[in-house]
Amino acid sequence: MSEVRFSGFGWRHAGRRAWAVRGLDLHVRHGERVLLLGPSGAGKSTLLAALAGLLPDDSGEAEGVIEIDGLEPAKARERTGVVFQDPQTQLVMARSGDDVAFGLENRGVPAGEIWPRVSDVLDRVGFPYPINRSTAALSGGEAQRLALAGVLALRPGLLLLDEPTANLDPPGATLIREAVGQAIGPETTMIIVEHRVAEALPLVDRVVVLEPGGGVRADGAPEVIFAAYGDRLAADGVWVPGFSFPAVRATTRPTDHLVRAEHVAVRGRLRPVSIAVGDSEVLAVTGPNGAGKSTLALLLGGLLAPDSGRIEAFGDKRPPHRWRATTLTQRIGSVFQNPEHQFVTGRVADELALGPRRIGRSPAETRRIVDDLLERLRLTKLAGANPYTLSGGEARRLSVATALATAPRLLVLDEPTFGQDRRTWLELITLLAELRDAGHGILAVTHDEAFVRTLADRAIGLGEPDPEPLPRRVRP
Amino acid sequence: MTLALEPIADPSAPLARRNPVAKLAAALLFSLPLISTVDPFAPAVALVLELALLPLFGVRFGVLLRRAAPLLLAAAGVLVAMTLFAADRSGTLYFSLGPFDVTSGVVATAAGLILRIFAVALPGIIVFATTDPTDLADALVQNAKAPARFAIGALAAFRLLPLLGQEWRALTLARRARGVDAGRNPAAKLRLFVSTAFALLVGALRRGVRLAVAMDARGFDSGIPRTYARRQHFTGADTALVVTAVIASATILTLSVLLGFFRPIVG
Repeated sequence: MSEVRFSGFGWRHAGRRAWAVRGLDLHVRHGERVLLLGPSGAGKSTLLAALAGLLPDDSGEAEGVIEIDGLEPAKARERTGVVFQDPQTQLVMARSGDDVAFGLENRGVPAGEIWPRVSDVLDRVGFPYPINRSTAALSGGEAQRLALAGVLALRPGLLLLDEPTANLDPPGATLIREAVGQAIGPETTMIIVEHRVAEALPLVDRVVVLEPGGGVRADGAPEVIFAAYGDRLAADGVWVPGFSFPAVRATTRPTDHLVRAEHVAVRGRLRPVSIAVGDSEVLAVTGPNGAGKSTLALLLGGLLAPDSGRIEAFGDKRPPHRWRATTLTQRIGSVFQNPEHQFVTGRVADELALGPRRIGRSPAETRRIVDDLLERLRLTKLAGANPYTLSGGEARRLSVATALATAPRLLVLDEPTFGQDRRTWLELITLLAELRDAGHGILAVTHDEAFVRTLADRAIGLGEPDPEPLPRRVRP
Repeated sequence: MTLALEPIADPSAPLARRNPVAKLAAALLFSLPLISTVDPFAPAVALVLELALLPLFGVRFGVLLRRAAPLLLAAAGVLVAMTLFAADRSGTLYFSLGPFDVTSGVVATAAGLILRIFAVALPGIIVFATTDPTDLADALVQNAKAPARFAIGALAAFRLLPLLGQEWRALTLARRARGVDAGRNPAAKLRLFVSTAFALLVGALRRGVRLAVAMDARGFDSGIPRTYARRQHFTGADTALVVTAVIASATILTLSVLLGFFRPIVG
């Protein structure tokens, strides 16, 4: 059980002019569960890294004091445990049990105690497989459960969760919330950063809202905070429970199909499905993980050839996957789930200019298109920035903008609202609604029920994947 | 891209069960001395011995053949190079390819080199086919006293390798979606390949950094002496394996000298 005290704490990353956190005074008592909120850029993740002792002295400038049980974080590392967003980069070993044992080995726990502790903690987080299960074979939610187990096995007095469900689909996120709820005893102090406030609320008893630029804006019991600051938090991009959006409906009706797929299937990834997308409509494709939603997006985006069935689009005799890339981008724009996969150049402006240049627009036209998109998606200030350094919301806006630069009539988006704060979410909805009214057809693969409710004209659910028999975990 | 590196042998075979460090040491001590001679006799005997031991390692012949397939390419390369560039063109003339005389001398040298490639590489292939990477890292730390920072760090990086294949596919598709493809132009193909490879590298570095932070956060390399959840034992049988490998190698070389085949690589 640990106690945390910040007094006048601040941190500035090396090479940045602005402080990530500044003037923070906060006291977290033994066994408290705190949800840390604030608009993006308020320094939430920096605070957690500072608590975990993961900000080396030479990586920036510090002021003020942080103490964990009276120790500075670097000396209190044995008392803290931290779970990050991406499960793939937290697992170290090839077998699940070995991965949980990894931290215990590092802490010098006697060999005889290791396996009982591994087994015990895997039971607590509800890990359903034998300990020799390959970590590569786990779904995102299962892998994150395992990462949580690896941290809890060390019995931290202070548990730090940095958006542990941000990279997970809703079922995966549920797995983690359940695991956190049942595996953490009263002896553990917990600080969690999480966008999905409604889902994190059952786990916490105190909410702290950071003020961008420094200090604490609000601090108290969740009900009190949301009653007093709900609308301001919502305007800042926090997903405050109880704030919903009116549906945005199409103003025109589809007149024609842009793309039509008949009985398309990909072996092992997608069972035969027929689907058509018209102009001026938003079609949502939903369904559980493994149903082949992303595969369907690749097929309709002209990026993958079906094993069977046919796809016809834009009156072309050839199927989309046979088109030249320059033809494809003028007809169908694809936006991937991970924006970083889409970036090809080192500057935001070059990224937007790439498409128009490839399809032979003149330099003057290209400049006009780029400036227009920068303006429309609030990226003008970032024109010279490296795309890989953008925040999640900025990167998402840029990835949509790159697809729009070549003016395709059909847009195919894979989880466009994934992990976005409320503000970016709202911007995306507004932008997509505008595009729809301008005659574009939009196909979005999504888990986001609010997205479907607010924007989609039609929704198609892909079926369950073939069930895989789950082996029961046996103790060694 | 699949990486054929997982063990593919029967793990209970008598020699597959030996300590990974012992297997690795035996393979090195057996095959490295063979490099000292360029005669075809020594590698031929070594190769016969290696194939004879195969069942004891639990590796099936077909599996080994598939793993060793890249060596065939190297062998073909040697054959071409020797036909074109061999200095020693003594012996009986078999046939001529334009200005290149293929003589018994050329064939003997080429055969010697090809046998050497196989004789030296097979022990390594057998070791990795019968060894789980985790066991190897454990044994390196526990029995060979390799630093955990290096062995476990490499093991963790190794786990990320298969992800590179998925990442490559995603990057390729994304480039096509952005209007970038090479068509039939080889120069454009090369440029596209280089830029995709660079993006892959950047992504791998970012992921590597995140993994390092996560390992740090779980107390890796923090100065506390590590304990071992999985014990690796180095037994008498393991010592015997290493000693036998040295004796076998020495015997083959001695035979080669006595029978007059030995041709040192230097001089």
